[in-house]
Amino acid sequence: MKIKGNIVRGNAKTKSGVFAEIKRDYKLNKYLVFFSIPVVVWYFIFHYVPMYGVIIAFKDYNVAQGFLASKWVGIEHFKTFFKSYYFVRILINTLLLSFYNLIFSFPIPIILALVLNEVRSKVLKSTIQTITYMPHFISLVVICGMAYIFLSKGGPINSIALLFGGEEINYLMYSQYYRIIYIALGLWQNAGWNSIIYIAALTAIDITQYEAAEIDGANRLHKLWHVTIPGILPTIIITLILNIGRFMSEGSDKTILLYNEATYEVSDIISSYVYRNGLLKADYSSSAAIGLFNSVINMLLIYGSNAFSRVVNETSLW
Amino acid sequence: MQKKTFNMGVAYDVLNTSLLLLLSLITLYPLLYVLFASFSDSNMLAGHGGLLHKPLGFTIASYRYVFRNSSIWIGYGNTILYVVFGTMLSLAMTTLGAYVTSCKDFFWTKYIMPYMVFTMFFSGGLIPTFLVVKGLGLYDNPLALLLPSCISTWNLIIMRTFFSGIPRSLKESTKIDGANEWIILTRIILPLSGSVIAVMILYYAVGLWNGWFNAMIYLRNRSLFPLQLFLREILISNSGDDMVLGINDAERQTISESIKYATIIVSTLPILTIYPLLQKHFVKGVMIGAVKG
Repeated sequence: MKIKGNIVRGNAKTKSGVFAEIKRDYKLNKYLVFFSIPVVVWYFIFHYVPMYGVIIAFKDYNVAQGFLASKWVGIEHFKTFFKSYYFVRILINTLLLSFYNLIFSFPIPIILALVLNEVRSKVLKSTIQTITYMPHFISLVVICGMAYIFLSKGGPINSIALLFGGEEINYLMYSQYYRIIYIALGLWQNAGWNSIIYIAALTAIDITQYEAAEIDGANRLHKLWHVTIPGILPTIIITLILNIGRFMSEGSDKTILLYNEATYEVSDIISSYVYRNGLLKADYSSSAAIGLFNSVINMLLIYGSNAFSRVVNETSLW
Repeated sequence: MQKKTFNMGVAYDVLNTSLLLLLSLITLYPLLYVLFASFSDSNMLAGHGGLLHKPLGFTIASYRYVFRNSSIWIGYGNTILYVVFGTMLSLAMTTLGAYVTSCKDFFWTKYIMPYMVFTMFFSGGLIPTFLVVKGLGLYDNPLALLLPSCISTWNLIIMRTFFSGIPRSLKESTKIDGANEWIILTRIILPLSGSVIAVMILYYAVGLWNGWFNAMIYLRNRSLFPLQLFLREILISNSGDDMVLGINDAERQTISESIKYATIIVSTLPILTIYPLLQKHFVKGVMIGAVKG
């Protein structure tokens, strides 16, 4: 038995290279090869073919000729985009939205987890958890729909504003309120849910550390500051780094639901512009170029942040 | 001294608890408002200023409009089909991918894993993906909602992490008894993976239930629309007015507002009723993911 195994290994060494290895794999793990085929094919069709299709960013794509036969135009689409008025606008809007998200949506779940951790009654704690996680399961369409109703003329927000002598307006039509609304909706939907990871980290803190601190005469604030926060600091740092890695990947879903022509100057971001220009106006090539520009920056940010987190924490996503 | 610390402790607890109650109220109240408004008389609601703490003149009139609206029913039916079949497909594919990559002795793994993970870093983007899906003949085809988003690499990694935690000795002893990988997967691994399977089902099902973007870009035929697309029309594009034909404009406006509230309740209540029962599974998923993250 042992000799046979050695021969197999020996063969693979002489016939080095990917194909020899695949062949040997097939012999040893026939079923695993069959299992992997649908998955590999799926990734190929729905991820790698589109990656290849991104060459249309350098072409004048037309539907009749397809990815391959369309005419090359080089970096023409990139030049036009970088020179256009929209480039600066959607770049700044994307960055600002991510920045505000980081300032508000990042710390609040941490605070929520810390405050929840101090609650002694189990029933109260789990009730509050159930309530604060709940909006995460409401669909974005419904959440934005609620925003429309609440913020429209005659809606509850306006009727409260009227009581305080305000003016009745449709808030979603005014640029100055757009970002606040966008961030607030995100917080309402996900602050509770995002606190779970910190709550998990909190439960992992060794209870004897608290006991030791108590013997040393620490009160609850001391314990919070010297035991609890250092205990979840690694989690906070990883989440922060990952958030920075997603700085340019704000999705178009919420924007498409919330924005309108009156607020484009602050609401239009890269992904929504690609959607509008590419799919609604069928301007495929130049939109693919903008998408590629975004994808490359995303890749650098995600890769960089992940490498950084590996250095800082000796843990990474992969 | 002791009395002082005691008081501080109480103050701390009171402050903490009231902060949390305030947060819960902020989270819950918008939903309660929608619930109260949906049962309110539409004229009284239109004339009302400020917040609600109970329905104004209890009536189910707006629910009658919603239930009479055929698009809500079509949407519900389609969404249920998409959720059921999409979840089955996603679960099967994710399980296969996760199992293959969890087998450390499978040499191909070292190529497949980076092959999959790379897609988390880089993507072709919206436009090329759209053109590929369209090129495959999936435009205006319900499969366009199931196939392109079938595997979430993130979920696959969560599942793989779980599979990797199952002792190897268990697999090896079964292998010595002559079992092939199919038997190992279905008889040994999956029966031990109930919790991660539950997590996957919930993640994929919620994603499919709430998804609307793919449906918006790939579907044209209204009879294929999922519920969320109809909701978008009613809540955001204001086409709900069509539900109340034959009444004057002002009245129609008033009633259509009430209909929106009832529509939100009808579309959201199922998931919000089921969710507290399944909460611990969702939380478990975040925990499993957190081990790796």
